[in-house]
Formats: sequence, C-alpha cells, structure tokens
Amino acid sequence: MGVNLASIGYLAAAICFILALRGLSHPSTARQGNVYGMAGMALAIVITLVSFREPSLQAYLLVAVGLAAGGTVGFIIAKRIQMTAMPQLVAAFHSLVGLAAVFVAAAALMNPGEFGILKDGQIKALSLFEMGIGTIVGAVTFTGSVIAFGKLQAKLPQGVENALGPLMGVIRPAMSSKPILLPARHAINIGIGVALVVLLILFMTTESAVVFWAMTFLAFALGVLLIIPIGGADMPVVVSMLNSYSGWAAAGIGFTLNNQALIITGALVGSSGAILSYIMCKAMNRHFVSVILGGFGESGAAAADDDMDRTVKPGSADDAAFIMANAQNVIIVPGYGMAVAQAQHAVRELYQNLVHRGVNVRFAIHPVAGRMPGHMNVLLAEAQVPYDVVFEMEDINGEFQQADVAYVIGANDITNPAAKNDPQSPIFGMPVLDVNEAKAVFFVKRSMAAGYAGIDNTLFFQDNTMMLFGDAKKMTEEIVKSVEAA
Amino acid sequence: MEAIDPAVFNLIIFVLAIFVGYYVVWSVTPALHTPLMSVTNAISSVIVVGALIALGVGSVFGFVATMLAAVNIFGAFAVTQRMLSMYKKRS
Repeated sequence: MGVNLASIGYLAAAICFILALRGLSHPSTARQGNVYGMAGMALAIVITLVSFREPSLQAYLLVAVGLAAGGTVGFIIAKRIQMTAMPQLVAAFHSLVGLAAVFVAAAALMNPGEFGILKDGQIKALSLFEMGIGTIVGAVTFTGSVIAFGKLQAKLPQGVENALGPLMGVIRPAMSSKPILLPARHAINIGIGVALVVLLILFMTTESAVVFWAMTFLAFALGVLLIIPIGGADMPVVVSMLNSYSGWAAAGIGFTLNNQALIITGALVGSSGAILSYIMCKAMNRHFVSVILGGFGESGAAAADDDMDRTVKPGSADDAAFIMANAQNVIIVPGYGMAVAQAQHAVRELYQNLVHRGVNVRFAIHPVAGRMPGHMNVLLAEAQVPYDVVFEMEDINGEFQQADVAYVIGANDITNPAAKNDPQSPIFGMPVLDVNEAKAVFFVKRSMAAGYAGIDNTLFFQDNTMMLFGDAKKMTEEIVKSVEAA
Repeated sequence: MEAIDPAVFNLIIFVLAIFVGYYVVWSVTPALHTPLMSVTNAISSVIVVGALIALGVGSVFGFVATMLAAVNIFGAFAVTQRMLSMYKKRS
C-alpha cells in the first residue's frame, strides 16, 4: 500500500476515534461510539499489516499469534472483572500502554532503517528526541500505573502473596492506600528529573543504547516515586493523570514513527486525561500540584477533642424505613463505601421499593465520589438503576431543601457542611452536596471514625441527622425488608 | 516555496488534535467519565501500529509490545461495551 493511501487510512481511523469520544456525550449514543472506536482500531491494524515493507508469512504468523494471545487474555479479563474493580483495571491497562511505548521505542532504536528515521546513516536528532520523550513518559506511565493499581487493589490473592514470599515485605506497604513519604522525596524527584534531561541530551548526541536503557530505568524509578506519596482518596486524580500520560507517550512515539494516527490519538487521550484531572482537582478544591506532591490525609489526624460533649443520634433500620416509606422526596448519596461493601444492588432494591410506594427517589453524585471519575454512575448502572434518576452535584444540589430524606451511604467528606461554613476546616472551599438541608439525614457508617481527610463531619451532630451504624450493604438490606413489610 | 519539514507538519496535526480533544471531551457527560477513561485507554493502544511495524522486521520487542497492546485493545473495548450496555433509561 502506498504511503499516501496509508496516511488517508490512518486519518479515517483517527476520525473513528474522535467519533468514539463524541458518542459519550449521551448514554444513548455511547455504544454506537464504541463501535466506531473498534472499527478505527481494526482499520489502523489492517493498514499497518498491508504496508509491511517486507511481508513474509512468518511475520504475519507472529502477528496473528501476538494479537490472539494478548487479545484472549484481555477479553477474558474484560468479561470477568467486577465493576467495583474498574479503577484498578483501568490503571493496569494504562501500564500496558506505557510499557508498549517503551518497547516500540527500543525496537525503533535497534532497527532505525526499517522505521524510516535514518539520515546519512544516522538517526535524526529530532527523532531521537521524540523517541526519548516517548520512552520517558511511557516508562513513568508504566511503573506509576503499576503502583496505582496496587493502591487501588489493596490486596493480592493469597496464592500470589505466598508465591512472592518475602518480597511482600516491600510490596505490601506500597499497596497501602496510605501515602509513603520518603525523606527528601522532592529533592530526589527533582534530581531524577535533572538526570533524565542530561541523559536525553546525551542520547540525542550519542544514539547509545546504554544511555537509552539508563534513561528508561531512571524513568521507571521516577514513576514509582511519583505515585507512592499519594494517598488513596486522591486516586481519582492519579488515575486521570496516568490516563493523560499514556496519551502523551503514544503521541511521542507517533512523532518518531511519523504516524498521524498515533499523534492524533495520543493528543486526544492526553487532553482527555488532563481535563478529567482538572475536573477532579476542582471538585476537591485542591491544586493539581499539591495532589501530585502527595501526603494528603496524613496531617489531618488531629481531630479536635472538644467533640466529646457533642452527641449523635443513633437509629435503627426500622426507623429509617418508616420515615422513607412515608416520604415524598428521597435523595440517595452514594460514596466509595458503597463500592467497598458491594451495596449497589441493595441500594437498587431500596430505590425500587420506594418508587413502588410512590416516593420520588433520586441519586446525587459528587464528582470525586469513588476512586475514579464516574465510578458511582457505573456501579448504579450495573445495579440497573436508570441513568435518568442519577444527577450530578450541580444539577441536584438545589433540591436537597425540598427533600424529606437524604440517605448517605458510604460517603463522608463530600457531604461535610464544614466545607461551606468552617474556614478552619482543611476541606473549606471544597464543593459539597448540600445534604444538611434535607429535612432528615440518614447516615450509614461503620463507626464514628473520620473520613479520608481525617476530619470530623459536622453533619453527624445535626439535630435532623440519624446515624445508622453498620455495614452499608446489610443496613440497606434491612431497610428494604422493613419497607417491604410496612 | 520550500517544503514544510514533516516534523512541523506533525506538530500542526498534534496541536489541532489537542483542540479537538479538548472540545470533544468537555462535551462528555460526567455520568460516562468511567467509560471515557476505558475508551481512551482502548484507543491509546493504537500504539500497536508501532509494535506491528517492529514485529514486521523481526524485533522481539515488537512481538512483546504487540501482545501487550492486544490485551489492551480487546480488554478495554470489551469492558467499555460491557459498561455502556448497563446504562438504561427508566422503563
């Protein structure tokens, strides 16, 4: 296939990818969009295969084996994965893109002629620069995503832990959602950054494979060091950021290969991840830089002791069921705890029972509820809650005043009124759901422990708040039983 | 007039694509932000193009990269489809 025709084909593939993203503007067009995405990918692969410079049966066999082996693994994972595990799955997939970028760059360095980046027997300096950038970003994406995966997964299967044996001593702390704060970590990271720039310049002038691998391994280390100081609650930003990085890595490789499909796709993915990071940071009222520097959730442990005289009102499932069954408007506010307890199906039953009784039930979603953007929406969709009763914060915040009941399940900081009225609070200024304005608030919680930000929720001590102590799933199931009996 | 360097040409495409991405992604509904991440993940595995070129010249790295990208292509598109099929309206 001629190079010009191939380029037109790659353009068509890139347009398919744009349509795939465009489809996501509404749930009714999203599936169609995904089909465009798949078509674009198939097109890109076919064009590449028919453009092989020296086509051979052996090469095509290897392609078939590689695609089939990887594809089978991917397909099985996609079919089996639980929806609550989506954040770690996405992190794991990002790591693959990062590593693939590193390997493609390595292959290009070793076979420059075949990749068309030679000039007078040497690799063009600009190509080396693009290759280096693609490799560094890819390597950081790889190890960073592996660490993010660990933090989100939190636990490995027992068999894997046994196989790793003493290595678990190193792995377990890295998988904790608690930040790991090395002394002088900022100095270390800046040092590595400077070293990477030096190596990149050296690489451009020497074209040396040794320098290439030194650069790669240093970038691997940087990926680890960048993510370990970031706490679990900041994971939505981290996952979005790594999403963005994987795009920039792909674009870098696209420049090296002079391939427009890769450049366009890399730019799309890069800007998508960057926008999501921005939305997440804004929803936490945090600066992107402060999230990246890490350490949040460690210092706030100094909860004031003057709460001793404040009392909370505990309640039972029956109390909650009675009031909800006789309410007109109920708003359910889910958070990460709903995912942990796998309570989404019980919540759907509650929704159905109340709707059956003529109650107007809606869901309110805070942008950072859960561990990745849109996490709650997917869980509710999985439990077959219709998407048109699920509302974003800005669309439903004005409705809490008219609500008879706000049922908070597995959320904490995102409902804390202190963010609005206590300038001393560490989360002051963060946009929160106006749960406190509902006539009654039912707050499901295991115990009185503080949220991720390590601070008290003043909502607990309000007169109209009833605390429902217990597991999110069990409590919801008990309420469902009570509502059914009523 | 002298011809434009391909690198500059690529840069132009890159910058324009960032703008396209910016406007398209802002129009994505927040309810679909998780599928957005998985579909961007799927399309970024178009890096398979580079992997295939490498594999075509017999590079081992090319083979490994092809496998990695294939996990991603099939896995991410399939899981996106699975998620999107769950979003239903009130009946």
